[in-house]
Amino acid sequence: MKAEITPSAQQNVKSSFHLFSALKVLKPFFTNAKSATGFIIFLVFLLTAIFAPLIAPYSPSAAIYDPNLAPTAHHWFGTTNTGQDLFSQFIFSARNTMIVGFGAGILSTIIGLIFGVIGGYRGGITDAILSFITNLFLVLPGLALLIVIEAYLKASTPYVNGLIIAFTGWAWGARVFRSQTMTLAGRDFISAAKMSGKSSLRIMITEICPNMMSIIAGNIMFATLGAILAEAGLAFLGFEDINSTSWGTMLYWASSNSALLRGAWWWFIPPGVGIALVGLSLVLMNFAIDQITNPRLKVQKRRKQHGRKAARS
Amino acid sequence: MRYVIHRLGFFVLSLWAAITINFILPRMMPGNPADAMFAKFQGQLTPAALDAMKKAYGIGQSNLWHQYIDYLHGLFTFNWGLSFMQYPTPVSDMIKASVPWTLGLVGIATLLSVFVGTTLGVYISWKRKGLLDNTLPVVSMIFQAMPYFWMALLFVFIFGFKLNWFPMSHGYDPAITPGFNGTYLSSVLSHAFLPGVTLLLGSLSGWIVGMRNNMINTLGEDYVTFAEAKGVSSSRLMFSYAARNAILPQLTSFAIAIGNVVSGSILTEQVFSYPGIGNQLTSAVTSQDFPMIQASFLLIAVSVLVANLIVDLLYSRLDPRIRTGGLRNEG
Repeated sequence: MKAEITPSAQQNVKSSFHLFSALKVLKPFFTNAKSATGFIIFLVFLLTAIFAPLIAPYSPSAAIYDPNLAPTAHHWFGTTNTGQDLFSQFIFSARNTMIVGFGAGILSTIIGLIFGVIGGYRGGITDAILSFITNLFLVLPGLALLIVIEAYLKASTPYVNGLIIAFTGWAWGARVFRSQTMTLAGRDFISAAKMSGKSSLRIMITEICPNMMSIIAGNIMFATLGAILAEAGLAFLGFEDINSTSWGTMLYWASSNSALLRGAWWWFIPPGVGIALVGLSLVLMNFAIDQITNPRLKVQKRRKQHGRKAARS
Repeated sequence: MRYVIHRLGFFVLSLWAAITINFILPRMMPGNPADAMFAKFQGQLTPAALDAMKKAYGIGQSNLWHQYIDYLHGLFTFNWGLSFMQYPTPVSDMIKASVPWTLGLVGIATLLSVFVGTTLGVYISWKRKGLLDNTLPVVSMIFQAMPYFWMALLFVFIFGFKLNWFPMSHGYDPAITPGFNGTYLSSVLSHAFLPGVTLLLGSLSGWIVGMRNNMINTLGEDYVTFAEAKGVSSSRLMFSYAARNAILPQLTSFAIAIGNVVSGSILTEQVFSYPGIGNQLTSAVTSQDFPMIQASFLLIAVSVLVANLIVDLLYSRLDPRIRTGGLRNEG
């Protein structure tokens, strides 16, 4: 579970000890321009989130500055109509968004693993029940369900929202894990593990999960992206504690104070750009994982030449 | 046939689950929202409405099973209760008024995005390493990472506020009386344009990238190489040989796609104050209009389930392996 949050840290640590082996694993992240960009954007936001109190010049909630300022030297992103510093809000929001996003992404991946791996490995009636639940959560419209839950919970914090998002959004991962487990379950090394007397639980944890690490990592990326978008959407609709600090809440305040109609672009552009950049970095890094795990996407050079030839003829 | 029965069975079970979730959620939340809500509306509503509300949320009734039977009975007789906010308008009337808006907007945007996205996917997989193949996936990734509603806000700001090309909110110009005439229809179209484009752009990327990857996988198959060696023309090779097979997995991703579009449309409708079902749901939640919340959630859930059922049945028509049960667990 740690591998995907701190590939950077891993890389730093490893590079001093096993420079070459570490570089080999991480090579696709850097040889490909797309994934390198994604990785760098991600690092920037990760550092912003960790060092938010040091970076932000002011308190994100103090309403003590001149209201409705356009960006100035003192207030880089301007101020709100109640005189809060938008740049500080932006920085602190990065922290909440990263915590909620990755928290929910990792939690939903774990739930997905439990449903997918157990169902795929056990088969039979267990599988039938677990896949029914998975498919049910897959087809139920996620945001509508979230909104209805919020309606009864009322003004929850970002962290509570993260939990709900994880508990409603794990199904896609479970389906992928299930089919992968089913292909792995028939392999020889699983039979060998069974012969050697390993329990089913140990086989699932020590044999099956490590063999689909790349899928798990990819799933965490996508689940995190989904969680960030869902949290932002809920907060934007006003279904999150409106005093919390997150990019979605910033957008909620911007739109409820009609920043659009006053031309206050500095209020609603930065939060969206923040969400989009974090999301983009996740998609780009996932692209690198895809390139590593799906050789067909790479081998297609041959195909291209064939295509050209066919096109010419 | 077994496949069809299987899918129908799943549909019925998931329908039942959606209905039951809708029943159980308000009853299992901490702090009993029904009581809080009841206290809030006391004095605001007529005694008859309060009685109906008591019944609907089981206040003063202890038998959960009876409540459930009552709930199911009301549901299937289209007796969905009266809206609290616009009392005494029946919820079903409000739903009826908003469904065509969402159906038109989401339906057309989805069909367009499937068609355009799949075609573009075929095209860029054919022109591998061309300009489009290098730029389109990245552009589509940006769209994938961007929140729908933020894109909608940008469109409102740029094309509505700055350039004043399109109206910024509502389904049609309130100054025009609805009717089947040119001015009304053009008003509806110009109001639907920005939300439609938002939904289209938001969902397009998935179809492009999905189709591109399917095409690349299919183009690696032996039968394509064989057909190529045989001298099949490239357009025929592309569409009749490769695209025809690559399009099948696209259908399976429809389940997740339609859910995303519906989620996107809830947010988009909110941005544009579009009079659709998503907007009804969010405004019902803000004003604690519980009958409306239940009805609109159920409608959204059921329509997604029905869309999935249709796609599943279509899939079995298109892929004979499914009907014979040869390819159960792939994808």
